[in-house]
Amino acid sequence: MDVLAPTPAVIAGPSLRQRLASRGFDAVTLLVVPAAIFSLVLFVYPFAFGFVLSFEPKAGGDWLANYRRFFSDPFLYETIAKTLWLAVPVTILNLLLAVPIAFRVRLMRRQRLLTTILVLPITLGTVLVAEGLLNYLGPQGWFNRTLMTVGLIDQPLKLVHNYWGVFASLVITGFPFTFLLTLSYVTGIDPALEQAGATLGANAWQRFRHIYLPLLMPGFAITFCLSFVQAFSVFPSAVLLGAPAGPTRVISIAAYQAAFEEYDYSMASAVAMIMGFVQLGIVVAVLASRGLFYRGPASGAKG
Amino acid sequence: MIRDTTLGSKLWAVAVWTMVGFFVVNLFAMIGTVVTSSFATRWLGTWLPAGWTTRWYSSAWSEFQLGDVLLVTFQVVGAVVLISGALGVTAAYALARRDFPGKRMLLLLFLLPLLIPPITFGIPLATVLYQTGLAGTFWGVVVANLVPTVPFVILLMILFIEQIDPKIEAAARVFGANTFKLFIHVLLPLLLPGILAALLLVLVRTIAMFELTFLVAGPTSQTLVVALYYAVFAAGVRAVQSIDAMAVVYMVTTLVWLIIALRFVNPTQIVTRAKQQPAH
Amino acid sequence: MTIALSQFNEVRLDRVSRDFGALNALRDVSLTVQRGEFIALLGPSGCGKSTTLNCVAGLLPVTGGAIWLDKSRVDTLRPEERGFGMVFQNYALFPHLNVRQNIGFGLKMRGRPKAEIDRKVDEAISLVRLGGQENKLPGQLSGGQQQRVAIARAIVIEPPLVLMDEPLSNLDAKLRLEMRAEIRRIHNQLGATTIYVTHDQDEALSLADRIVVLKDGIVRQVGTPKELYDAPTHLDVADFMGFRNRLKGRVISHENGRVLLDVEGAQIGGMARERVSTGSSAYASIRPDDLVAGEPGPNALAVTVDTIEYRGREFVGTAHSKGGLDFVFRSHQEVAPGSPIHLRADDSRVLVFAEPVQGRA
Repeated sequence: MDVLAPTPAVIAGPSLRQRLASRGFDAVTLLVVPAAIFSLVLFVYPFAFGFVLSFEPKAGGDWLANYRRFFSDPFLYETIAKTLWLAVPVTILNLLLAVPIAFRVRLMRRQRLLTTILVLPITLGTVLVAEGLLNYLGPQGWFNRTLMTVGLIDQPLKLVHNYWGVFASLVITGFPFTFLLTLSYVTGIDPALEQAGATLGANAWQRFRHIYLPLLMPGFAITFCLSFVQAFSVFPSAVLLGAPAGPTRVISIAAYQAAFEEYDYSMASAVAMIMGFVQLGIVVAVLASRGLFYRGPASGAKG
Repeated sequence: MIRDTTLGSKLWAVAVWTMVGFFVVNLFAMIGTVVTSSFATRWLGTWLPAGWTTRWYSSAWSEFQLGDVLLVTFQVVGAVVLISGALGVTAAYALARRDFPGKRMLLLLFLLPLLIPPITFGIPLATVLYQTGLAGTFWGVVVANLVPTVPFVILLMILFIEQIDPKIEAAARVFGANTFKLFIHVLLPLLLPGILAALLLVLVRTIAMFELTFLVAGPTSQTLVVALYYAVFAAGVRAVQSIDAMAVVYMVTTLVWLIIALRFVNPTQIVTRAKQQPAH
Repeated sequence: MTIALSQFNEVRLDRVSRDFGALNALRDVSLTVQRGEFIALLGPSGCGKSTTLNCVAGLLPVTGGAIWLDKSRVDTLRPEERGFGMVFQNYALFPHLNVRQNIGFGLKMRGRPKAEIDRKVDEAISLVRLGGQENKLPGQLSGGQQQRVAIARAIVIEPPLVLMDEPLSNLDAKLRLEMRAEIRRIHNQLGATTIYVTHDQDEALSLADRIVVLKDGIVRQVGTPKELYDAPTHLDVADFMGFRNRLKGRVISHENGRVLLDVEGAQIGGMARERVSTGSSAYASIRPDDLVAGEPGPNALAVTVDTIEYRGREFVGTAHSKGGLDFVFRSHQEVAPGSPIHLRADDSRVLVFAEPVQGRA
């Protein structure tokens, strides 16, 4: 029984199929191709197309004419400030509300009822919330009536067709989004860490400050970015609930009007690019500051 | 879990629950306003309407051609669900099971449409669709809606597929299953709950997807949410109650599917599942 | 019993290699398995034993060499075309199929008629003694029962070769012994040619007709359990076969395979297992069983006792010498920790190996 007898036969090297397979390319990998092509054609290409188109002004002029027009016309450039003036306070408020509530809800055994209620406004979407708030926050709506009945105010507050209407709609749809994201990060942290902190003598605030906060900072940064980006792109509620010619003329309205009222797709693309870059700028700034914090596995918040 | 019993922490808990209560009460009051108004004969300057009626529903149905709109809505949603399921599940399988150069880039490519708000990429996308003549048509609306839903299915299904032990697939192969049989006899039954959950979420998202549909839809290809927007936009033209009746129809359409979806998924997943990826 | 295994003469691995990038997980592994043989692949984790099995199963493509079933080459076939049976480490039972469906899966894939599937599945169920559990899902079974399903699933397709990948590693100690006997019984009953991967030398010794010891992707020794146990030809194999005492020394003399070593000033005699030369470094390997507390004299080393454990019939202790060598030994009497004693071993039970090149311990 010669077990180790070497065989003289010459054995061919690995085939091309084997070599590709060893690098991870085989028939299964090809399954990704349709979706990848789809994304390239319908996501990457439009972006690239829009980017190029924004440098080919419809009205003629040099390649920067669209951008020059945007930044010289206050009716256009002020939309950035107006959008930020809505998006930043709303995002900060939503996050400030979401964090303590998430820490409290984390202790609940039956979170599902609350999370189901909170997912309602996200699911219903901004158009329905706008229509609902138009009635509810209107001068004859239940909100103003309640405040007057309680005696807090004498005259109805003007809460629709202005800044506050849009603000309210961004809280109604934005807070649940921020909260559910925050909750998933908060519950992703091993409770044993908090218990360990408690046995070492940390009180509730110290446990939050020295254990949770450092571990959650990256998650909060991402939550902030995603919530901000949603708020920054506010559109239907700014039209329906706000003053689309005045204080809530946000940047998406400018982009929409360029495209569908002036039929100037080149200008519309330029505005969309500016919108994208402002979002990107804020996101990069926030995520870069994330580098200052601990970035390790402890978030563990994955599914 | 550690619960403090000091006075300070009790006050803090009360404050937190008050905030939650305030939010939830306002949310329900807002929804309640819409529902009440849709059944109101006349409602001006009082807590409750002067009388009740259901006639706004029939008038909304004919005024806004809700029959046609609902039909288009379900056709669009059905097409989006089927196509994003087919493209998304296959791609997710490859991404969950293989490591290949460029995989991280590809994942980023699929993540971006979920992170970037639809209005931002919707305008260049609509521009391209108008240039190709697809905008305004049924398929233009479907294609635009697929842009975020295909990545959504991919990222959700990767998590489901990764939960299946690759050894089970290896076993199926060793015992004689080719790729097709492996899919039919092993993967599909194991993944069915995940696929169902992903597709139901796509369904709910697509019904509620305003921006993309709004940017590319024409008069015959608009979905319910876009029709609702136009109705609210032109609010002076129609009775408020009629618009609210339409809003209720929209709410019911969405919520029925949401309730079905919630039997298969945790509500948190609607927001977080796919969004958690960038943390790593 | 009608579970009849396919007829063939041998499975031959011909210089099989497998690289993962720059890492050679397997280097030129050659092995011939005769029909009916039970072969154990033994080695520490990462030695390449599971890689070998996966290459044979077709789950990993080989990067060099070939695998033959008699005259047909199988390494180019996809796993589903090879027709081997496999028992996976975590069983890999299909969670959505009940016991019957799991066992019948391979036959169904082969498109066999339902009556035949039913009959063979019944036989397999009674062979692995799972009567009464047929309609349960894997999640409702105990570890041992899942193991039985996995074995039945592998043999019911009547494969030429059964591959087992550490099938007992997930079971607790008692169940492991029980299932070991079961595997032995089923093998005796069916005579299935088997390649069995394990890191447990007891399992390999008790089950296998022949054992292949792998380390770092290289076959170190192939032989019957008795050959490996009594006469390992390699220091690593000796380590694996329970020669836990490894004493480094210098060769004083050697003649006709008998070697005299200087270990910390004491003279230790032993049997050379590799070529050694006078004056060079060498290792003496001794099983704890053969290292006994006793009187000073020839082949005895002075040590200090560290710990002592009662093991029923006798005591097992650890000790260290003044030169820092560690020992595991047995003793008939209890000796107090800290007390000086002498340890000695019979010449014939001491194996001497040359120091590995590059001082790899």
